[in-house]
Amino acid sequence: MIDAPEKSSIIRMFHVHQNYGPKKALIDITLDIAKNEFVFISGPSGAGKTTLLKLLYLGEPVSAGQILIDGINLARIPRKRIPFLRRKFGVIFQDYKLIPTKNVYDNVALVLEAAGAKKRLIQKKVRSVLRLVGMEDRLKSYPPSLSGGEQQRIAVARAIIGDPKIILADEPTGSLDEESAEIILALLRGVHIRGATVIIATHDKALMRKTGGHVLHLHQGRLETSVFLEKQYDNAIF
Amino acid sequence: MIMLFFKRAIDDIFKNSFLNLVTIITISLSILISSAFILFFINTSEIINSWKRGLRIMAYLKPDVSSTDLAYLKQAIQSLDGVQDLRFIPKSEALSQLKTQMQHQASLLENLTENPLPDSIEIRMTATVESWQRIASLAAQIEMLNQVHEVEYGQRWIGRFIHLFKLFKLAGYAMGALFFMAAIFIVANTIRLVIYSRREEVEIMRLVGATDNFIKVPFYFEGLIQGALGAVVGLGILYLSFFLIAANVDHEFLPGLFHLKFIPPAILGEILLGSMLVGWLGCYISLKQFLSA
Repeated sequence: MIDAPEKSSIIRMFHVHQNYGPKKALIDITLDIAKNEFVFISGPSGAGKTTLLKLLYLGEPVSAGQILIDGINLARIPRKRIPFLRRKFGVIFQDYKLIPTKNVYDNVALVLEAAGAKKRLIQKKVRSVLRLVGMEDRLKSYPPSLSGGEQQRIAVARAIIGDPKIILADEPTGSLDEESAEIILALLRGVHIRGATVIIATHDKALMRKTGGHVLHLHQGRLETSVFLEKQYDNAIF
Repeated sequence: MIMLFFKRAIDDIFKNSFLNLVTIITISLSILISSAFILFFINTSEIINSWKRGLRIMAYLKPDVSSTDLAYLKQAIQSLDGVQDLRFIPKSEALSQLKTQMQHQASLLENLTENPLPDSIEIRMTATVESWQRIASLAAQIEMLNQVHEVEYGQRWIGRFIHLFKLFKLAGYAMGALFFMAAIFIVANTIRLVIYSRREEVEIMRLVGATDNFIKVPFYFEGLIQGALGAVVGLGILYLSFFLIAANVDHEFLPGLFHLKFIPPAILGEILLGSMLVGWLGCYISLKQFLSA
């Protein structure tokens, strides 16, 4: 284990609770994530990993507690400002969430179009990011015609094209073969090196050991441990 | 950005071609029915105006009106409100006109020892609705004049027809408003179905940071395009029907009297804009409900 890095926070949660009726998905979560950290949110299925990510990008409103993203209190953000807050994030969803009726180019370009970027810049960046994820020859393909690994790479391309400050990835390697998982992980490492904070929700212990970073372990909605793991750390604590 | 929204709207129309077709047909039917009413009113107004232009009051004078009195009388009538112009018809001219009109019954007039017709003044009225409504009082005012023996104005039934026409017009407005609302309601529901079928796409757009306007504007374009296409189809069908009907009616029922007219370009433009408004409003209503949910 290593010490926590001395950096300013980009995400802070104070006594956050999330309830779905009588079910408590998250219980009293308080945490700090520093800028440019590589974070894993680990835990078994149903531990609240996806719920925690959803609260960060305002996928749903928080039941109780406070969340600050880059100094912005989510409880006080006006509805009209939500899209601008979401542009701070690049989200890789577990089910990819690609638009099946749009081709690869349009799916990736959507982020920049929504941000009002110029057509020429969009063309340039989409080609560049698709080249980075090794999908530049599938511009005109539609998501249903792609394999899971390819769809995940498109999802990564869409997440990183807007140069977001924070990357949220929900089980990004969960349904992929080893080779595809390696590619995705390498891409996320690359984004991290370029300055983004990367938060990965996963229950893949091997992935965490291989990469290292800040590991937040959830169990039944509670934050059980917050540890800093070195790369290739062999003595698993989970 | 506008071009991007427009392109997205066109793409969406083709991708949801069935629902869009239903919307366009709905709008075109509403436009067809409303425009048929407008066409009817335009042509009926034309007929009424042509009748109005032919409206006369005949003032039959007492015998032996002096030329001074006649001059005074003409001046008095001319000064009345609603009078456009007048013409004195001496009884000799009236008789010769009668003879011309009754050429086939000439024997009836041959044995006349003296002219039984009075001198008269033909009074033409201004062709406004107000003068129509005032014709009875105007006739009464003329009849009060000393030199006038009797006043006659025909076609009283036109007044009743105008009232009927006004009733039709009111009914037309009411039906137009009804079709307008029905079209908006149907468009709103069709767009709602389109949005519902694309709710996942809309949700993804929101998650990647799209503003409500970014999501809404292509739908607005879609509504405007649907409205425009609906108007073009509806008016196209109306024009074809008009073309077929007018050719027969003009020749068989109104030879040389009156030509049926199609809706003038300015009103066609207004119908087109109205139809686009229907499409846009339909989108606006359903999007407002969907995005605020």
